[in-house]
Amino acid sequence: MPAARLPPFQRFLDTHRDDVLRFLIASVGRHDADYAFQETFLSALRAYPRLTANSNLRGWVLTIAHRKAIDVHRARRRNPLPVAQVSDRVDGSLSATADAGGDLWERVRALPARQREVLTLRHAADLTHGEIARALGCSEEAARRAAADGLKTLRKELRDVAATP
Amino acid sequence: MSLPPPDLQPGEAAALAARTSARAADEGLAQIVYARVDSPVGQLVAVATPRGLARIAYELENGGLDSILDDVALRLSPAIVEAPAQLDNVRRELEEYFAGRRQEFDLALDWSLTTGFRRRVLQQCARIPFGLTSTYKEMAIAAGSPRAFRAAGGALGSNPIPIVVPCHRVLATGGGLGGYTGGLDRKRRLLSIEAPTLFA
Repeated sequence: MPAARLPPFQRFLDTHRDDVLRFLIASVGRHDADYAFQETFLSALRAYPRLTANSNLRGWVLTIAHRKAIDVHRARRRNPLPVAQVSDRVDGSLSATADAGGDLWERVRALPARQREVLTLRHAADLTHGEIARALGCSEEAARRAAADGLKTLRKELRDVAATP
Repeated sequence: MSLPPPDLQPGEAAALAARTSARAADEGLAQIVYARVDSPVGQLVAVATPRGLARIAYELENGGLDSILDDVALRLSPAIVEAPAQLDNVRRELEEYFAGRRQEFDLALDWSLTTGFRRRVLQQCARIPFGLTSTYKEMAIAAGSPRAFRAAGGALGSNPIPIVVPCHRVLATGGGLGGYTGGLDRKRRLLSIEAPTLFA
């Protein structure tokens, strides 16, 4: 009986709910995080009885959340209305005052997909580069590089914002 | 450059988790649902499957909520969520019972937490009417093993669905109270609800 020692699902949900929600707010924004959170844990529940007890449950559920976040981003590309405010920021029309109370994660969400994924998994979900590489199906080196590229872009954007009179 | 994780509002994740659990139950994804139920004999945990009520546990006497759910996860399935709305009927019938307004429970039962002789004894016990009592010996006879009255006592002590399956109605042959899964004070209390003149 491989499932014998798994915690009751409710305890698993209560243990990881904060981490999953933080990750989803960072990766898809507050508005869609609610939906993605429910989809994440409902998918997890479907697979749960077949898990082995020694699974890394935190890494597992964050990987599911990561896939749900990708679904949200894909849906947005098909129906781009909801991301209008994000593209405003990419073209540099943002003022420094707006950014002061703004959300750094909004800038992360506007990065290329791989950079966005690595930065949210690393900094909002606190996964290691090794875990991220497994979740993304890439090498650890590629994950590190994407994170570095993403941070470089963010730094440059913030410098530009600061330099805007 | 630091990227601090987004802040959560107080209670935000808990509320979302509760909505997710309710949805899991509504959509039939959870194989098992539970709720905590207040009662005059202490905090109870009620656990149900699609087949019916499988467990009522006195929370403190069973090592607390975690320990009760661990046991159910091990024996039935770990796909367990808290879904109070799914147990509204159990909560209501227990309330009516403790208020003296209900003599019989009208609840589907899932017997899967007990097997064999124990299950046979408990199913016989379920037939003892409100206000009456039986003995361990009579239970052993009814379950088809007249000499197994000690084992019958063990079966009743292992009752996964106390109160609803009224093991408190089974007394020692000489008229003594015998034992009870929730302690003798509770047994006395339940009997006094049902036969106030005898056990008050």
